[in-house]
Amino acid sequence: MSSREFPDSAGTVIIGAGIVGNSLAYHLARQGVEDLLMIDKGPLPDPGGSTGHASNFLMPVEHSKEMTHLTRRSIEQYDEMGTFANSGGIEVARTDERVEELKRRMQSAKAWGEPAELLTPAEVEELVPYIETDLIEAGFYSTGAGTCDPLRAGEIMRARADAIATGAVTPEEIDAGDVGPDDLEGVGDGPGGLSLAPNTEVQDLHVDEGEIRAVETDRGTVTADRVVIAAGLWSPEIAKMAGVEIPLTPAVHQMISVGPIPFFEQFEGEINHPVVRDMDTQMYERPSGNDMEVGSYQHRPILWDVEDVPSIEEAPLSPTQPPLTDDAFEQSMMDALELMPEVLDDPEAGIRHEIDGLLSEAPDGAPLLGPLQDVDGLWSCAAVWIKEGPAIGEMVAQWMTRGYPDVDLSEANVNRFYEYGTSREWVKARAHELYQEIYGIVHPSEQWQSGRPIRTSAFYDQQDDHDARWFEAAGWERPQWFESNEDLLDVYADELEGLHRPNEWDSRWWSPIILAEHLHMRDHVAMIGDMGFGIFDFVGSDVVDYVERMAVGRCDVDVGKTVYTPILAENGGFVSDLTIARLGPEHYRVVTGGAAAGSDRAWFTSHIGDDEHVTLLDRSDSLCTLGVWGPDAREVVQSVTEEDMSHEAFAPYTAQEITVGETDAWAMRLSYVGELGWEIYAPMSKGHRLWETIADAGDAHDIRPVGMGVYGTTGRMEKGYRLFGHELEIEYTPAEAGLTFHGLKEADFNGKEAYAEAIEADNAATLCTLSVADHAPDGGQARFMLGNEPVMDQDGQVLVDEEGRRSYVTSAGTGPSVGKHLLMAYLPPAHAEEGTRLQVEYMGDRYPVDVEVVGSRPLFDPENDRIRS
Amino acid sequence: MDVLTCIKRVPDTGSKIVLTEDRQSIDASNLGFTMSPHEECAIEAAVQLVEAHGGTARVLTLGPPAADEQLRTGLAMTADEATLLETDGAEWGPRATANAIADAVRAAEEEFDLLLFGNESADAANYQVGIRVAERLGLPVVAGIKSLEVEDGTAIAGREVSGGEEIYEVDLPAVVTVKEGINEPRYASMRAKMSARRQEVDRREPDAESGPGTFEKLRLEAPSDEDSAAEVLGEGPEAVPRIIEVLEEEVEVV
Repeated sequence: MSSREFPDSAGTVIIGAGIVGNSLAYHLARQGVEDLLMIDKGPLPDPGGSTGHASNFLMPVEHSKEMTHLTRRSIEQYDEMGTFANSGGIEVARTDERVEELKRRMQSAKAWGEPAELLTPAEVEELVPYIETDLIEAGFYSTGAGTCDPLRAGEIMRARADAIATGAVTPEEIDAGDVGPDDLEGVGDGPGGLSLAPNTEVQDLHVDEGEIRAVETDRGTVTADRVVIAAGLWSPEIAKMAGVEIPLTPAVHQMISVGPIPFFEQFEGEINHPVVRDMDTQMYERPSGNDMEVGSYQHRPILWDVEDVPSIEEAPLSPTQPPLTDDAFEQSMMDALELMPEVLDDPEAGIRHEIDGLLSEAPDGAPLLGPLQDVDGLWSCAAVWIKEGPAIGEMVAQWMTRGYPDVDLSEANVNRFYEYGTSREWVKARAHELYQEIYGIVHPSEQWQSGRPIRTSAFYDQQDDHDARWFEAAGWERPQWFESNEDLLDVYADELEGLHRPNEWDSRWWSPIILAEHLHMRDHVAMIGDMGFGIFDFVGSDVVDYVERMAVGRCDVDVGKTVYTPILAENGGFVSDLTIARLGPEHYRVVTGGAAAGSDRAWFTSHIGDDEHVTLLDRSDSLCTLGVWGPDAREVVQSVTEEDMSHEAFAPYTAQEITVGETDAWAMRLSYVGELGWEIYAPMSKGHRLWETIADAGDAHDIRPVGMGVYGTTGRMEKGYRLFGHELEIEYTPAEAGLTFHGLKEADFNGKEAYAEAIEADNAATLCTLSVADHAPDGGQARFMLGNEPVMDQDGQVLVDEEGRRSYVTSAGTGPSVGKHLLMAYLPPAHAEEGTRLQVEYMGDRYPVDVEVVGSRPLFDPENDRIRS
Repeated sequence: MDVLTCIKRVPDTGSKIVLTEDRQSIDASNLGFTMSPHEECAIEAAVQLVEAHGGTARVLTLGPPAADEQLRTGLAMTADEATLLETDGAEWGPRATANAIADAVRAAEEEFDLLLFGNESADAANYQVGIRVAERLGLPVVAGIKSLEVEDGTAIAGREVSGGEEIYEVDLPAVVTVKEGINEPRYASMRAKMSARRQEVDRREPDAESGPGTFEKLRLEAPSDEDSAAEVLGEGPEAVPRIIEVLEEEVEVV
């Protein structure tokens, strides 16, 4: 595979021969891609990127289900290739707060199905005899953790890719264990397969009519149908050649290797003791032969500009291994010496290697995967750690070839920063903040402090005057609640009894004012805005067929109708859920949640056919949205609107153009909080005026601005409304989510076959609404779950459905109008019975919960009388 | 015994040299700084002698304020003290450097039994400073040493020559310049590196009279990165005429 000339053309070009590029090549070959070329400016097997200096340990348990599953699948791949050592890993706690965090780790381990145990300091010492137990209070033992050899894995994957792509072996033969490393020597030296072009520098990407055409290198130009940028910290530079952006920055991770350590000399093999993560100092100690690698994320963030990263020729070690910045590492030395004096404070053990290792950091720490929507055929696969590299290669290969991955990659979609979060300054500000949070105790609702505000709507100043507590979504500043509504706590003191959260963790980034705002809305009227929606208008002569093809719901409806609909992948899993309104015969408007806007936009654009007359007009930044909801909403809106807003003139689930005071607007009568009212859309420039008009009109009804805490949690939970990324994701179908009310329409649409099957089949799990029966079953402080807790039967066994999916809390939030703390979870049929008593584990304790509703029937106002009133 | 080891801060090598735009210095932003391998061995030798015989090991350099980084490397290798003859970063020639070191040795509180140098610096490679210091202090000197022992006030120093070894006995105090291979310099332990970072470095100005002197740097030139090429001129006796032609006309040695 290496003997071939640099080709003139290739089906798929992969730029980058690190763990990601190699894994992509292998899995693309497995998916049937035959004509592959891998280019790297460095030599093989270590081209000089981050893969070459990683510490190579894999700790699977994270609070993200997807990242945990990706690491688990990666471990299995490394293991199958003989490049994994199951050393185990222990996260140690030095503080009480960290002990609580380790309990939360246990909770996530159970929820995602990873083996783990909590250890006492003495138990930690049995596994790690050289640790100073006086310093630690507990350990979280991930028994499935271990270390890998990504360079060797890369070689194997390249050889396999070539062998499969040339037809010399089949994936099945590899899976059966029939193909050893020796069997791959020299196979596939014929045409096709995987060509390798190391020591080849990419100089330009050729784009024509919005499509990738060719890759220009110092060894020639190769035409390509598809190009994947898997170039690690150089990815932004490569993307720039095509006029698109991959937002990441090189960041320093300091690491030293200390040895020879006499204690380790008695053991054979590369690693014989668990890797230790010293969480509170943001460090790790990883045995490697007779050495101990000591790595740190504790030091001050040191971010690089990619153009300052040296070339291979200029770098003494490798481009991503500049010399250690001594002063930044000093505290880390002290902490490591203190934790493991027996091995590290041995005068015979010297620092044999010390680097400022460069790695890729995205603004939120998640990978940057998927199609780059402004250039057809150009993909990003960047900001990936060693621990998830093989599985991400697999998932992106699936995505490229069949349109969707097995594991939901929404949180890692490169398009999530589209057109707002790609500037270098902003990326660096976020990366700087994020760096300090590595190994940190990050609350599920934790808000960024840096680079804000980056996106503000027309109402920003008015809301700020009400003392808004700002949360951010896809860059948009949205009030979570308003301190100005504090007086409502007194008004609703009785209703809120028992719903306050006495525990600091449970109430962090939360306020009981949210519950009071909710009750006020249910009793009177509230205004909510801006939600930061993605708003896409589609126009053109083929738009009806196009929109029909995208959506489960029938969209060839009368002008003025709205359709709430799932958007599915071919497997019937969720890509999104959103509202489509028909504005004209050849004009639709799609409104989707802000967080998903960039990814949804990419999904929609990628499905416009080459010859199809459909144009997308992105209105997200030009329209503001103001929701007015509550029993008094009609009176308020009617008082300032020229048009007739009566039930008869403006029916539920329809849309019309209206004039509110001086503002020309467009409104949909629907509600995510289950109330009478409208979402009013106006030009950003008129937003301020619109807010004033509604606020003045609502004065007599004591209209209150209320926050996203009501919109996104309390209101929707009572109504059983699902949230994309929580309940709705690629692994569950509309049947399981209880969203088959559209039935099966005649027109074809993405995922139709799987959707039809899902309707016919018995659900393997059904989304249910549960309530917490006792917040303090053992007495003491009442606790309130926040989401992602494992759901168990009365015996403490986590529920698992017949497809192996485990039950966990997808969303948690208080329902003030029903007086309960509500949870949503997919439950297997045996437990999806209303009235069933189950348990959830939260912070190390178990709490009884009851199944309130099976399916999507609202707990509050089940007949939707309010919306229809 | 008290041993002084003199070292020089130089850009790390082993990769393509990039010059600053004014070509007055090497762009070391990706390189970092180090000392020559000979000097690392000199420090190791000093530390071993002090470990065996007691006394102190001091490292000294003449260089810019940042040169304390190399002194701390010496301290991390468990040298006891460090002296920085602080310059403004100007290039000092071998004579001026030697004069400044000799003056510092005279002014020092200790009376050094042994002065160790690397055989030559890693950048300028003048092979002079140690010898000039010996001359100025009136001390005996042996250069290019690859083995070294001290017994009863005498240094026994070995030098590799083709086909054997020359052994010298030198009365202390003396100057010895050592070559890589004399020992295997230690890696600093974490503890030693940490305490080295905190240790006081004795900073003093070199005698102004010694000054950078008449030495003036015009510019640096990076070696061309053209690959050296080998050409096969022929095989057997038939190749002789072509070889003579090349020797006469291209290489111009005949």
